[in-house]
Amino acid sequence: MTYIEKKSYYKRVFAIGIFLLVIVIIVATNFGVANISLKQTALIIMSKIPLANKFFPLGGIKYTSVIILLNLRLPRILLACLVGAALSVVGTSYQGIFKNPMADPFILGVSSGAALGATISMVFLKEVQYFGISMVAFSAFLGAMITTFIVYNIARVGTKIPVVTLLLAGVASNYLLSSIISLMMTFNRDNIEEIVMWTMGSFSTASWSDVILLFIITVPSIIFISTFSRDLNIMLLGEDSARSLGIDVNGLKKYIFVISTLMVASVVSVSGIIGFVGLIVPHVIRMIFGPDNRVVIPFSALGGAIFLIICDTLSRAILPPSEIPVGIITSIFGVPFFVYLLYKTKKKAI
Amino acid sequence: MIEINNVSFSYEQEVLKDININIARGKFYTILGPNGSGKTTLLRILSKSLHINKGEIFIDEKELSQIKTKALAKEMAVVPQCTEVEFDFSVQDIILMGRTPHIPRFCAESEKDMEMSKNAMKMTNTWELRNKSVNTLSGGEKQRVVVARAIAQETGIILLDEPISHLDIHQQIEIMNQLRKLNKSKNITIIAVLHDLNIAAAYADHMILMNDRRVYKDGIPEEVLTEDIIREVYELEVYITKNPKTGKTFIMPY
Repeated sequence: MTYIEKKSYYKRVFAIGIFLLVIVIIVATNFGVANISLKQTALIIMSKIPLANKFFPLGGIKYTSVIILLNLRLPRILLACLVGAALSVVGTSYQGIFKNPMADPFILGVSSGAALGATISMVFLKEVQYFGISMVAFSAFLGAMITTFIVYNIARVGTKIPVVTLLLAGVASNYLLSSIISLMMTFNRDNIEEIVMWTMGSFSTASWSDVILLFIITVPSIIFISTFSRDLNIMLLGEDSARSLGIDVNGLKKYIFVISTLMVASVVSVSGIIGFVGLIVPHVIRMIFGPDNRVVIPFSALGGAIFLIICDTLSRAILPPSEIPVGIITSIFGVPFFVYLLYKTKKKAI
Repeated sequence: MIEINNVSFSYEQEVLKDININIARGKFYTILGPNGSGKTTLLRILSKSLHINKGEIFIDEKELSQIKTKALAKEMAVVPQCTEVEFDFSVQDIILMGRTPHIPRFCAESEKDMEMSKNAMKMTNTWELRNKSVNTLSGGEKQRVVVARAIAQETGIILLDEPISHLDIHQQIEIMNQLRKLNKSKNITIIAVLHDLNIAAAYADHMILMNDRRVYKDGIPEEVLTEDIIREVYELEVYITKNPKTGKTFIMPY
């Protein structure tokens, strides 16, 4: 069975997935130190949706509950939702372009590159703003772009990118970049807390402006990448074969790299480095639905959103009232998964 | 139909030197020569994977560098030496990828694309394999799938780079017979790099023998495969006879 024969099945499952995402958002919003009932949570969220709000009166709900929900919890959860979707789609498209199942923005060091860019501008250029875009986001993009370029060229052997060289290039750049970040931390004790947040990953500072910024960047980017999903399938045959099937290989690589890096940079500039999401989610989706990127990309976006909301809720729930950085939770899931994938690749090579 | 005029190509050192070849539509061509003589490079230049430094290539009187990637993909299919796919695509998925140059960007495969890929699968005996993952196939089956993909691509020319070098003799003959069938029934021009001189002699209408970066001899098998030429190019003494069953040139080294 191929994609077009199963299209209606995928559509049904996707609709169920959206429904699941809404439930996860409501349950996660309900979760927290202040005690607000599930029914009230649902009512407050519904009251903010245009058209639907007429049917959900807010009578009898405390004003503080509304504020906690709408200004603290909801932006945080929506941010986790967008970050999860973006990281998963970036992971999927990196795996397609690198023809390598282990590619992920964190493992390749691209996230660290963005974090270093952000750190440098926080220390030196904090007040500078152009056209409302802060230098932090811009230099995160620059850092991520440079790292992608360097890692790609170190890892490349001819036109192929073997797993081993890719992982080593990623590890090397990760070490270098994080040690530079640590160095900057020791010299700039005033900003240390902000920088720590960057290196561990957290949604605790989420605000509506972060959500809006991320929405504007990631949603069009995900749509853009998904229009190239058939080309990404064909890239898996190798660059020469893709070219002989009429794919503009160099153009495709350029578009995907720039858009993916833009997404990683914007994600890192609002939430710091959150690892392994781009690795775990696309692989689970491939296990369920097969490798066709026309299916993997939309379902990864959905799955990534659900996965990261759950991880973030866990990070709030394990040691209340204090929080564990969400990057630690995703690593706890991610590292065993990474080892499993490496084991599978190893078995295939024998 | 394909004209190669004074083409040279170099990476760090020269790999091809002053190549002149004319290729006519509908014939079966084989490119032969010792390792390192430039056979694969010649093929990669024709498929525009490499760009030439000197000379010109015309396909149907259009300069190769002026032909867009997608337009070229409707004209010419390529079967590479070996195909490894990292992810578990099904055989049908891989063969449908051959339809890529015919599908507009925002569309999925149409009924016609399904039909064309089905024909290609029937023709190559891969229809029974269609739901299997490519990674579970044997070398011969995999190669048949890649040939089926080239057929589904619906081109006038198919280039093949050592399509049978990793196969056993049964699989080798099976693939070669399929190529001949395509060549005769659909008038598709086949250009295949081969190592086995006897198999090349059995199938080729025309041979291009490369040696030391140049075309050494270009002609029908009887003209190219002579004792003198093989001694010169391969440094090998051979006895040349006819295959008593087919009447084709047959080479025995001694």
